[in-house]
Amino acid sequence: MHELSVTESILRICVEHAEKENASRVTDVYITLGRLSSIVDDSVQFYWELIAENSICAAAQLHFERIPAKILCLDCSNEYELDRDLEPCPKCHSARIKVISGDQFYVDSIAIEKGEKQ
Amino acid sequence: MTLRVPIVERIMNANDQVAGINRQHLDDAGVFAVNLMASPGAGKTSLILNTIQRLSPALRLGVIEGDTAPVTIDADKVSAVGIPAVQINTGGDCHLDAPMLDQGLQQLSLNDLDLVIVENVGNLVCPAAFQLGTHINALIASVPEGDDKPYKYPAIYRGLQVLIINKIDLLPYVKFNMDYFRQGVEMLNPGLITFPVSCTTGEGMDAWVDWLRNQALSV
Repeated sequence: MHELSVTESILRICVEHAEKENASRVTDVYITLGRLSSIVDDSVQFYWELIAENSICAAAQLHFERIPAKILCLDCSNEYELDRDLEPCPKCHSARIKVISGDQFYVDSIAIEKGEKQ
Repeated sequence: MTLRVPIVERIMNANDQVAGINRQHLDDAGVFAVNLMASPGAGKTSLILNTIQRLSPALRLGVIEGDTAPVTIDADKVSAVGIPAVQINTGGDCHLDAPMLDQGLQQLSLNDLDLVIVENVGNLVCPAAFQLGTHINALIASVPEGDDKPYKYPAIYRGLQVLIINKIDLLPYVKFNMDYFRQGVEMLNPGLITFPVSCTTGEGMDAWVDWLRNQALSV
Protein backbone atom coordinates (compact mmCIF):
# COMPACT_ATOMS: atom_id res chain seq x y z
CA MET A 1 0.00 0.00 0.00
CA HIS A 2 2.84 2.40 -0.65
CA GLU A 3 0.53 3.87 -3.26
CA LEU A 4 -0.99 6.07 -0.53
CA SER A 5 2.20 8.05 0.03
CA VAL A 6 2.89 7.98 -3.70
CA THR A 7 -0.58 9.36 -4.40
CA GLU A 8 0.00 12.10 -1.85
CA SER A 9 3.13 13.06 -3.75
CA ILE A 10 1.21 13.19 -7.02
CA LEU A 11 -1.44 15.41 -5.46
CA ARG A 12 1.18 17.73 -3.99
CA ILE A 13 2.92 18.11 -7.34
CA CYS A 14 -0.38 18.79 -9.15
CA VAL A 15 -1.63 21.33 -6.62
CA GLU A 16 1.68 23.15 -6.62
CA HIS A 17 1.75 23.51 -10.40
CA ALA A 18 -1.97 24.31 -10.67
CA GLU A 19 -1.63 27.14 -8.15
CA LYS A 20 1.41 28.49 -9.95
CA GLU A 21 -0.69 28.67 -13.11
CA ASN A 22 -3.63 30.28 -11.28
CA ALA A 23 -5.85 27.39 -12.28
CA SER A 24 -9.43 27.28 -11.07
CA ARG A 25 -9.42 23.51 -11.30
CA VAL A 26 -7.44 20.56 -12.58
CA THR A 27 -9.36 18.37 -15.03
CA ASP A 28 -6.77 15.74 -15.94
CA VAL A 29 -3.48 14.40 -14.63
CA TYR A 30 -1.13 12.54 -16.97
CA ILE A 31 1.27 10.12 -15.29
CA THR A 32 4.01 8.19 -17.02
CA LEU A 33 4.88 4.78 -15.64
CA GLY A 34 7.71 2.51 -16.79
CA ARG A 35 7.16 -1.22 -17.07
CA LEU A 36 9.80 -1.92 -14.41
CA SER A 37 8.53 0.53 -11.80
CA SER A 38 6.70 -0.96 -8.84
CA ILE A 39 3.53 1.09 -8.88
CA VAL A 40 0.00 -0.32 -9.08
CA ASP A 41 -2.10 2.20 -10.96
CA ASP A 42 -5.43 0.85 -9.68
CA SER A 43 -4.35 1.59 -6.11
CA VAL A 44 -3.24 5.09 -7.02
CA GLN A 45 -6.67 5.64 -8.58
CA PHE A 46 -8.34 4.35 -5.42
CA TYR A 47 -6.40 6.65 -3.09
CA TRP A 48 -6.70 9.57 -5.49
CA GLU A 49 -10.44 9.61 -5.18
CA LEU A 50 -10.11 9.76 -1.39
CA ILE A 51 -7.41 12.35 -1.01
CA ALA A 52 -8.04 14.69 -3.97
CA GLU A 53 -11.50 15.45 -2.61
CA ASN A 54 -11.79 19.06 -1.45
CA SER A 55 -8.70 20.06 -3.39
CA ILE A 56 -8.25 21.89 -6.66
CA CYS A 57 -7.79 18.40 -8.14
CA ALA A 58 -11.18 17.06 -7.03
CA ALA A 59 -12.78 15.30 -9.99
CA ALA A 60 -9.52 15.35 -11.95
CA GLN A 61 -9.14 12.25 -14.12
CA LEU A 62 -5.93 10.27 -13.77
CA HIS A 63 -4.40 8.95 -16.99
CA PHE A 64 -1.59 6.41 -16.82
CA GLU A 65 0.68 5.95 -19.75
CA ARG A 66 2.52 2.66 -19.27
CA ILE A 67 5.64 2.64 -21.33
CA PRO A 68 7.53 -0.53 -22.15
CA ALA A 69 11.06 -1.02 -20.85
CA LYS A 70 13.82 -0.57 -23.41
CA ILE A 71 16.44 -3.29 -23.45
CA LEU A 72 19.75 -3.57 -25.25
CA CYS A 73 21.24 -6.98 -25.94
CA LEU A 74 24.95 -6.85 -25.14
CA ASP A 75 25.72 -9.79 -27.42
CA CYS A 76 23.92 -8.95 -30.67
CA SER A 77 23.18 -5.23 -30.06
CA ASN A 78 19.50 -5.84 -30.69
CA GLU A 79 17.31 -3.21 -29.02
CA TYR A 80 13.95 -4.51 -27.92
CA GLU A 81 11.00 -3.48 -25.83
CA LEU A 82 9.67 -5.34 -22.86
CA ASP A 83 5.96 -5.05 -22.43
CA ARG A 84 5.34 -8.06 -20.23
CA ASP A 85 7.66 -10.39 -18.37
CA LEU A 86 11.38 -10.11 -18.25
CA GLU A 87 12.90 -12.19 -21.04
CA PRO A 88 16.23 -12.71 -22.76
CA CYS A 89 16.94 -11.20 -26.18
CA PRO A 90 14.23 -12.48 -28.56
CA LYS A 91 16.74 -12.49 -31.44
CA CYS A 92 19.77 -14.35 -30.06
CA HIS A 93 18.33 -15.52 -26.67
CA SER A 94 21.23 -14.04 -24.74
CA ALA A 95 20.57 -13.03 -21.15
CA ARG A 96 23.44 -10.54 -21.27
CA ILE A 97 21.21 -7.54 -21.57
CA LYS A 98 21.14 -3.99 -20.31
CA VAL A 99 17.99 -2.20 -19.23
CA ILE A 100 18.13 1.22 -20.89
CA SER A 101 14.90 2.53 -19.42
CA GLY A 102 11.79 1.27 -17.69
CA ASP A 103 11.92 2.76 -14.18
CA GLN A 104 10.14 6.00 -15.06
CA PHE A 105 7.52 7.33 -12.71
CA TYR A 106 6.60 10.97 -13.10
CA VAL A 107 3.79 13.46 -13.55
CA ASP A 108 4.05 14.36 -17.22
CA SER A 109 1.47 17.14 -17.36
CA ILE A 110 -1.86 18.35 -16.07
CA ALA A 111 -4.85 19.88 -17.82
CA ILE A 112 -6.29 22.89 -16.03
CA GLU A 113 -9.11 25.36 -16.36
CA LYS A 114 -8.72 29.02 -15.64
CA GLY A 115 -10.97 31.94 -15.20
CA GLU A 116 -14.01 30.86 -13.22
CA LYS A 117 -12.34 31.89 -9.98
CA GLN A 118 -11.29 35.55 -9.98
CA MET B 1 -11.05 26.59 -21.59
CA THR B 2 -8.67 23.81 -20.79
CA LEU B 3 -4.95 24.30 -20.82
CA ARG B 4 -2.27 21.62 -20.80
CA VAL B 5 0.60 22.36 -18.42
CA PRO B 6 3.77 20.32 -18.91
CA ILE B 7 5.36 19.26 -15.61
CA VAL B 8 7.63 16.22 -15.91
CA GLU B 9 8.36 15.98 -12.20
CA ARG B 10 9.52 12.72 -10.67
CA ILE B 11 6.97 11.61 -8.15
CA MET B 12 9.58 10.37 -5.68
CA ASN B 13 11.45 13.70 -5.69
CA ALA B 14 10.38 14.81 -2.22
CA ASN B 15 11.46 11.51 -0.66
CA ASP B 16 14.72 11.49 -2.59
CA GLN B 17 15.61 14.97 -1.34
CA VAL B 18 15.29 13.82 2.27
CA ALA B 19 17.31 10.73 1.34
CA GLY B 20 20.07 13.07 0.18
CA ILE B 21 20.02 14.84 3.56
CA ASN B 22 20.20 11.50 5.37
CA ARG B 23 23.25 10.56 3.33
CA GLN B 24 24.90 13.84 4.24
CA HIS B 25 24.31 13.21 7.96
CA LEU B 26 25.77 9.72 7.63
CA ASP B 27 28.79 10.93 5.70
CA ASP B 28 29.41 13.79 8.14
CA ALA B 29 29.50 11.25 10.98
CA GLY B 30 31.61 8.80 8.95
CA VAL B 31 28.96 6.10 9.20
CA PHE B 32 28.32 3.54 6.49
CA ALA B 33 24.66 2.53 6.16
CA VAL B 34 22.94 -0.44 4.59
CA ASN B 35 19.26 -0.64 3.63
CA LEU B 36 18.46 -4.32 4.09
CA MET B 37 15.36 -5.46 2.25
CA ALA B 38 13.69 -8.85 1.84
CA SER B 39 10.34 -10.58 1.95
CA PRO B 40 9.03 -11.59 5.39
CA GLY B 41 10.88 -14.61 6.71
CA ALA B 42 13.88 -14.41 4.36
CA GLY B 43 16.19 -14.02 7.33
CA LYS B 44 16.80 -10.30 7.74
CA THR B 45 17.07 -10.39 11.52
CA SER B 46 19.10 -13.62 11.44
CA LEU B 47 21.55 -12.10 8.98
CA ILE B 48 21.86 -8.98 11.11
CA LEU B 49 22.54 -11.02 14.26
CA ASN B 50 25.08 -13.19 12.45
CA THR B 51 26.75 -10.12 11.00
CA ILE B 52 26.92 -8.42 14.41
CA GLN B 53 28.50 -11.54 15.85
CA ARG B 54 31.31 -11.38 13.29
CA LEU B 55 31.87 -7.61 13.09
CA SER B 56 31.33 -6.40 16.65
CA PRO B 57 33.13 -4.98 18.58
CA ALA B 58 35.83 -4.31 15.94
CA LEU B 59 33.22 -2.25 14.14
CA ARG B 60 30.69 -0.24 16.13
CA LEU B 61 27.26 -1.18 14.85
CA GLY B 62 23.79 0.28 15.19
CA VAL B 63 20.55 -1.16 13.89
CA ILE B 64 17.31 0.50 12.85
CA GLU B 65 14.33 -1.82 12.74
CA GLY B 66 11.37 -0.96 10.57
CA ASP B 67 8.13 -2.66 11.52
CA THR B 68 4.55 -2.10 10.47
CA ALA B 69 3.27 -2.61 13.99
CA PRO B 70 4.67 -1.67 17.41
CA VAL B 71 6.21 -5.11 17.83
CA THR B 72 9.71 -4.99 19.29
CA ILE B 73 10.66 -8.64 18.73
CA ASP B 74 13.44 -7.79 16.24
CA ALA B 75 14.76 -4.76 18.10
CA ASP B 76 14.81 -6.76 21.34
CA LYS B 77 16.96 -9.47 19.76
CA VAL B 78 19.49 -6.90 18.61
CA SER B 79 19.51 -5.06 21.95
CA ALA B 80 20.03 -8.39 23.69
CA VAL B 81 23.46 -8.73 22.04
CA GLY B 82 24.44 -5.26 23.24
CA ILE B 83 23.96 -3.31 20.02
CA PRO B 84 22.04 -0.02 19.97
CA ALA B 85 18.73 -0.67 18.22
CA VAL B 86 16.04 1.79 17.27
CA GLN B 87 12.57 0.68 16.39
CA ILE B 88 10.59 2.60 13.76
CA ASN B 89 6.93 1.81 13.63
CA THR B 90 5.67 2.69 10.16
CA GLY B 91 2.07 2.85 11.36
CA GLY B 92 0.91 0.23 8.91
CA ASP B 93 2.97 1.43 5.96
CA CYS B 94 4.61 -1.36 4.04
CA HIS B 95 8.02 0.28 3.70
CA LEU B 96 10.41 2.74 5.27
CA ASP B 97 10.81 6.09 3.59
CA ALA B 98 13.53 8.71 3.91
CA PRO B 99 11.75 10.87 6.56
CA MET B 100 11.26 7.75 8.73
CA LEU B 101 14.96 6.93 8.46
CA ASP B 102 15.74 10.50 9.44
CA GLN B 103 13.76 9.97 12.65
CA GLY B 104 15.60 6.71 13.29
CA LEU B 105 19.03 8.22 12.72
CA GLN B 106 18.28 11.01 15.19
CA GLN B 107 17.84 8.40 17.91
CA LEU B 108 21.27 6.86 17.34
CA SER B 109 24.46 8.60 18.38
CA LEU B 110 26.05 8.44 14.96
CA ASN B 111 29.42 9.77 16.04
CA ASP B 112 29.92 6.62 18.11
CA LEU B 113 29.14 4.26 15.22
CA ASP B 114 30.85 2.88 12.11
CA LEU B 115 28.04 0.93 10.50
CA VAL B 116 24.25 1.19 10.60
CA ILE B 117 22.09 -1.60 9.26
CA VAL B 118 18.52 -0.61 8.47
CA GLU B 119 16.11 -3.53 8.48
CA ASN B 120 13.35 -2.51 6.10
CA VAL B 121 9.79 -3.83 6.32
CA GLY B 122 9.46 -7.35 4.92
CA ASN B 123 8.18 -6.72 1.41
CA LEU B 124 9.55 -7.01 -2.13
CA VAL B 125 7.42 -4.30 -3.71
CA CYS B 126 7.13 -1.09 -1.77
CA PRO B 127 10.65 -0.59 -0.34
CA ALA B 128 11.97 -0.59 -3.91
CA ALA B 129 10.34 2.76 -4.60
CA PHE B 130 11.79 4.61 -1.61
CA GLN B 131 15.45 5.53 -1.44
CA LEU B 132 16.52 6.04 2.18
CA GLY B 133 19.90 7.67 1.71
CA THR B 134 21.92 4.65 2.80
CA HIS B 135 25.15 3.90 0.93
CA ILE B 136 23.88 0.60 -0.38
CA ASN B 137 20.64 -1.22 -0.96
CA ALA B 138 20.94 -4.89 -0.08
CA LEU B 139 18.41 -7.64 -0.67
CA ILE B 140 18.15 -11.08 0.88
CA ALA B 141 16.54 -13.64 -1.38
CA SER B 142 15.97 -16.93 0.38
CA VAL B 143 15.89 -20.29 -1.33
CA PRO B 144 12.40 -21.40 -0.16
CA GLU B 145 10.85 -18.27 -1.71
CA GLY B 146 11.52 -19.71 -5.14
CA ASP B 147 13.74 -18.94 -8.11
CA ASP B 148 11.25 -16.74 -9.97
CA LYS B 149 11.40 -13.69 -7.71
CA PRO B 150 13.64 -11.53 -9.93
CA TYR B 151 11.13 -12.02 -12.74
CA LYS B 152 8.17 -11.14 -10.54
CA TYR B 153 9.68 -8.26 -8.61
CA PRO B 154 12.05 -6.59 -11.08
CA ALA B 155 11.99 -3.14 -9.46
CA ILE B 156 13.66 -4.23 -6.23
CA TYR B 157 16.43 -6.09 -8.08
CA ARG B 158 17.13 -3.06 -10.28
CA GLY B 159 18.23 -0.83 -7.41
CA LEU B 160 20.59 -3.16 -5.55
CA GLN B 161 24.30 -2.95 -4.85
CA VAL B 162 24.48 -6.36 -3.21
CA LEU B 163 22.40 -9.53 -3.09
CA ILE B 164 22.50 -12.20 -0.40
CA ILE B 165 21.02 -15.60 -1.18
CA ASN B 166 20.11 -17.05 2.22
CA LYS B 167 19.17 -20.57 3.34
CA ILE B 168 21.42 -22.30 0.81
CA ASP B 169 21.50 -25.23 3.24
CA LEU B 170 17.95 -25.93 2.00
CA LEU B 171 18.94 -26.25 -1.67
CA PRO B 172 18.86 -30.09 -1.61
CA TYR B 173 15.28 -30.06 -0.32
CA VAL B 174 13.66 -27.27 -2.33
CA LYS B 175 12.97 -26.82 -6.02
CA PHE B 176 15.20 -23.86 -6.75
CA ASN B 177 17.00 -23.53 -10.06
CA MET B 178 20.01 -21.37 -9.24
CA ASP B 179 20.85 -20.77 -12.92
CA TYR B 180 17.35 -19.53 -13.69
CA PHE B 181 17.38 -17.31 -10.61
CA ARG B 182 20.79 -15.87 -11.44
CA GLN B 183 19.85 -15.27 -15.06
CA GLY B 184 16.91 -13.11 -13.93
CA VAL B 185 19.18 -11.15 -11.60
CA GLU B 186 21.82 -10.76 -14.29
CA MET B 187 19.31 -9.34 -16.77
CA LEU B 188 18.11 -6.73 -14.30
CA ASN B 189 21.38 -5.87 -12.60
CA PRO B 190 24.41 -7.12 -14.52
CA GLY B 191 27.43 -8.04 -12.42
CA LEU B 192 25.56 -7.62 -9.11
CA ILE B 193 27.74 -8.71 -6.19
CA THR B 194 26.12 -11.82 -4.74
CA PHE B 195 26.79 -13.83 -1.61
CA PRO B 196 25.17 -17.24 -1.15
CA VAL B 197 24.96 -17.85 2.60
CA SER B 198 23.29 -19.88 5.27
CA CYS B 199 22.63 -18.11 8.55
CA THR B 200 21.94 -21.54 10.07
CA THR B 201 25.21 -23.29 9.16
CA GLY B 202 27.33 -20.15 8.77
CA GLU B 203 28.33 -21.13 5.24
CA GLY B 204 29.29 -18.13 3.12
CA MET B 205 28.97 -15.68 6.00
CA ASP B 206 32.67 -14.83 6.15
CA ALA B 207 32.74 -13.68 2.52
CA TRP B 208 29.70 -11.44 3.06
CA VAL B 209 31.04 -10.00 6.29
CA ASP B 210 34.52 -9.37 4.83
CA TRP B 211 32.96 -7.51 1.93
CA LEU B 212 30.73 -5.47 4.24
CA ARG B 213 33.67 -4.63 6.51
CA ASN B 214 35.68 -3.34 3.56
CA GLN B 215 32.75 -1.25 2.38
CA ALA B 216 32.20 0.20 5.85
CA LEU B 217 35.87 1.10 6.26
CA SER B 218 35.92 2.85 2.89
CA VAL B 219 33.65 5.69 4.07
